[in-house]
Amino acid sequence: MPEQLVRAPGWEWWIIGYFFLAGIAGGSYAIGTMLRLWGVARDEAAARVAFLVSFPVLVVCPVFLALDLGQLTRFWHMLVDAGQGGLAFKLWSPMSVGSWALLIFGAFSVVSFVEALALRGSLKLVVASAVARALSGGFGRAWNVAGMLFGLFVAGYTGVLLAVSNQPLWSDGWALGGLFLASGLTGAGALLLLLVRSRAPAAASEGAIAEADRWFAILETVLIAVFLVSVAASGLLSRLLDPWWLLLWVVVAAGLIASVTHDRWRAAPRLAPLLALVGVLALRAVIVLSAQL
Amino acid sequence: MAVSGPVGFFTDTSICIGCKACEVACKEWNELPGNPPAFLDSYDNTGQLDAQNWRHVEFTETVPANRGVIVQPTSIAGGQAWLMMSDVCKHCQNASCLDVCPTNAIIRTEFDTVFIRQEVCNGCRDCISACPFGVIGFSEKTGTVHKCTFCYDRLQAGMQPACAKACPTESIKFGSLPALYKVADDRLALLKTQGYTKAQLYGRDGSIYGGLNAFFLLMDEPATYRLPEKQRAVLPDRNNVPGYATGVLTAAAALVAGLLSFRRRRMGDAAAAETGEGVR
Repeated sequence: MPEQLVRAPGWEWWIIGYFFLAGIAGGSYAIGTMLRLWGVARDEAAARVAFLVSFPVLVVCPVFLALDLGQLTRFWHMLVDAGQGGLAFKLWSPMSVGSWALLIFGAFSVVSFVEALALRGSLKLVVASAVARALSGGFGRAWNVAGMLFGLFVAGYTGVLLAVSNQPLWSDGWALGGLFLASGLTGAGALLLLLVRSRAPAAASEGAIAEADRWFAILETVLIAVFLVSVAASGLLSRLLDPWWLLLWVVVAAGLIASVTHDRWRAAPRLAPLLALVGVLALRAVIVLSAQL
Repeated sequence: MAVSGPVGFFTDTSICIGCKACEVACKEWNELPGNPPAFLDSYDNTGQLDAQNWRHVEFTETVPANRGVIVQPTSIAGGQAWLMMSDVCKHCQNASCLDVCPTNAIIRTEFDTVFIRQEVCNGCRDCISACPFGVIGFSEKTGTVHKCTFCYDRLQAGMQPACAKACPTESIKFGSLPALYKVADDRLALLKTQGYTKAQLYGRDGSIYGGLNAFFLLMDEPATYRLPEKQRAVLPDRNNVPGYATGVLTAAAALVAGLLSFRRRRMGDAAAAETGEGVR
């Protein structure tokens, strides 16, 4: 049967970069919250590192998104209906929901960033101290949990955005939302490992983060398998396995192996997390590009 | 010729002669840029619908076999057919582009057509990924997406769209949808009596995206014209529920993974404290 006429949207490296950074930002916030909720007292230092990472990474996201737009200065049209006034929000459009989630997660992320800076003693403003005090008890944990939910959404909705299209491959991959979320967590875990390693007192959490990252990588591997099976069921697997894409899949696989075997890279401890991060980027590149070329 | 209520195009491909008057009229009225000279593998030198081509006369040069298609060969072309179709935005009732557009730049007009508000579009191109007909194109010049406007400005002035006005064979018919349905049904019935067994209406009923305001009479299966069959004509938002559900399940699994990884240490520390080893 001849393939029906669909046109690729031309989403390339700005979007791939955004998908990557959104995964890292959301994943970092989630890991920071989990460390606070379930970790021991000495995990607090690593949790702060996670919150300190999340916001600066998140700040780059709207920049990448705006640069991808045809009309850069109309980024705000994602939030406000410029034609008829009022808010622009469509529950059934992942791009619309994602724009709002990015904004709301930004609020959680910046507050937790300021709190982490204040707790480290790096920011001595009155406002920062007030934020740290406000978030010191149960309200702070509730704040983190709410922020984590938005962070997980931001990390994963990008996959749903691709699936909610009529593009071959993307629209066949209904597991993309889960896959991008798991991959974002794997990348965030790898980045945190890079940052906490050899840096007391956060280094005390290295083993726990490595173990969590191993689980995230296993989850990601399962979801890659689900994605490939769903694409194969549509008869389009060959498009994902062209030689150039195979090369990227090798990078993805190397990253996953590195994530699962963090503790065996003692000779080059920074190489495993770096490989994992490159693998997370490669996964997005192969999925985004292979459907459009 | 002012019409009220839902309007549409009925494009009867059986009488399209491939003259491209519709393309030229569309470009002239809408001031669309011309195409650089291109010699494609066909009489088709437009290639596709995009930001600067809102009508495209598609030449399908897979001549159907006489057997079963034409019972009594006509005198034209030795009884064979060379398929031509003036393609255009379908102005779907359930429009995928309108469904996903995050800025509300794509709206349904008072004439029941689908229109892109240029002053609102920010060029995110989500609609391009959603359109199952490859209709919408992105213009580097304007930084926004474009497609057939159904000559919205002409409709507002009580005029018919430029393409329909220019079509010399009246292959493109414009009018109110109920009137067009009657014309289309009569024409199909006539073709059937003449032995054109594969002749069919595409988008006349609700089976394709709830019905197409620009619907067609085809002389072969939709796939021959690279149009999605009924089974494949599905809205992108069908993937919302499975997409988010997979995300929720993954998030739950990730939280369990975090719990296992971080909680275990707390329990280990508690056990160590009980045995007097203390916390490191």
